[in-house]
Amino acid sequence: MAQNTERHPAPLLPSPARLRPADLRRWVVGFAGHALLMLGSVMMLIPILWMISTSLKKTGQEWVFPPLWIPNPIWWQNYVEAMDALPIPFYVYVFNTVLITLSATLGTVLTSSLAAYGFARLRFPGRNFMFLLVLSTLMLPGAVTLIPRFLVFRYLGWLDTLLPLIVPYWFGGTAFSIFLLRQFFMNIPRELDEAARIDGASSLQIFWQIIVPLSGPALATITIFQVWGHWNEFLEPLIYINSMDNYTIALALRTFQNVRSQRINHLMAMALIQVLPVVVLFLFAQKYFIRGIQVSGLSGR
Amino acid sequence: MSQIAKPQRFSQYPAGVRRTRRFGQRGLLWREAVDGWLFILPWFLGFLVFTAGPMVASAAISLMDWEILTPPAWVGLKNFRQMFSDPLFFTSLYNTAFYTLLGVPLYLFASLLMALLLNLPLRGIPAYRAIFFLPSLMPAVANALLWVWIFSPDFGLANYLLGWIGVPPQKWLFDVNQAKPALILMGLWGIGSQMIIFLAGLQGIPQVLYEAASMDGANEWRRFWSITLPMLSPTIFFNLVIGIIGSFQVFTTAFIATQGGPQNATLFYLLYLWRNGFDYFKMGYASALAWILLVIVLTLTLIQFRIARRLVYYEVEETA
Repeated sequence: MAQNTERHPAPLLPSPARLRPADLRRWVVGFAGHALLMLGSVMMLIPILWMISTSLKKTGQEWVFPPLWIPNPIWWQNYVEAMDALPIPFYVYVFNTVLITLSATLGTVLTSSLAAYGFARLRFPGRNFMFLLVLSTLMLPGAVTLIPRFLVFRYLGWLDTLLPLIVPYWFGGTAFSIFLLRQFFMNIPRELDEAARIDGASSLQIFWQIIVPLSGPALATITIFQVWGHWNEFLEPLIYINSMDNYTIALALRTFQNVRSQRINHLMAMALIQVLPVVVLFLFAQKYFIRGIQVSGLSGR
Repeated sequence: MSQIAKPQRFSQYPAGVRRTRRFGQRGLLWREAVDGWLFILPWFLGFLVFTAGPMVASAAISLMDWEILTPPAWVGLKNFRQMFSDPLFFTSLYNTAFYTLLGVPLYLFASLLMALLLNLPLRGIPAYRAIFFLPSLMPAVANALLWVWIFSPDFGLANYLLGWIGVPPQKWLFDVNQAKPALILMGLWGIGSQMIIFLAGLQGIPQVLYEAASMDGANEWRRFWSITLPMLSPTIFFNLVIGIIGSFQVFTTAFIATQGGPQNATLFYLLYLWRNGFDYFKMGYASALAWILLVIVLTLTLIQFRIARRLVYYEVEETA
């Protein structure tokens, strides 16, 4: 700390007459804070920069040691070559992943908000117990139901289709989304429903015309979270899908690892292709990511 | 539930509704109950078919020998007895415990430190926050592939950077003793979610407490120990519980990066379960492993809740 102050002597500080210990301390904290934050940022960014750098190296250059940070030449072709190297056209994987992501997300948003409305607003026998079940599934390790779920889908003849990755989300989505939406709905003034109820509106009309239009931020949070989760999901597609035609991008990446482990530049290009949409989504919808995580944290209180 | 029948619950209804005849009231009640069940019905069906049913089935299957293609045979507790003579079961348990004991406290400490830094009143904090969170966005497969490359013994970034400070090249994921620590190190990169949760907890601490403490002459250190830490204890507890549950289910990183090797040094519990189920098709044994996992995680969670009762400070909500 003392060293830091020496490096930036008097001129940067307020005039000595007005220099109080509090000011000095604030200045030191600020300087040390920025230094640590920058150090942290560098540590967070270096692996990503290394990934981008590797993906742009001409084959052969990735095995140069010590490594080149800026490839020469910058080999954009890797991205095209990587896609061409896959056994079936890349758009098939993209199509499958997008299809799963969109339909599973839609199912979650729809059915979990229905359930959340039921839990938040309607009184029926067994409600508290049912909500307790929702909360307990929040804590249940997913691994416990891995084997029997597989057997259920096998019995239904759904193995090697996209159905096991979509249909369950049309039955209440996830416990987390029900919980988040219920908390949000509870904060919408009840007077609004009751006024509509007196005017003769049904529960479904109240849900659709009053609750849903007022819940934009919560629904956006759920949507973003689901898109993020389904785009990245690996374990479930790994278990349920066999044939290449039904692969998601995550599965394709793993196959790629097996057949082209020597082409690290192509591998990194491919991985970046999977990451990019998520990063773009994050940049545009940062506050929904943050809010979703915060609510999931607050559920522990 | 029974309290729904109690008349005082209706006080929430506006005057117009309260004045309806008793018969009409009951009709409304009935209507609301039916609606309520209809609204939660999709979730409830899903819960039965995809969660509750499979859990019961899993318990039953754990008592069977079943290799998918052959018909299941009832074997009682054989699968559970078999675990005690299965060295790989203990290896996977040890590896998972190692990962949890080292990883969870490290991630808690590091993410708390990051959150404290990001809570300083400095310029550019939103940008820092985005940068610190960025690695958490990385899909697990891409993440694992990236770190295999970083830990490459001959051409990897890790050895290159260590070379700067004169450390000889390490074998990382190819070394029995270094593979687990390397995977823990790798997890350190993706603690953004925990950090965000801590940040929310920090921002929820009322500023007046700090002001009052300052007036009483408490210095920064004192304020951290006497205000920040107690007020943050529910958040720490939450991250601990979730961290341990997640840690016992670590899978993708090891599956992609090491396939459980070298010499089973990264054979984690879920990876071993997955192998039994989907490589060897031992549905019975895998289900037994799943139930043991559930028992372990539940026990650990209950112990934590027990300890938390004394250590975690919950603010009593004031009725204004």
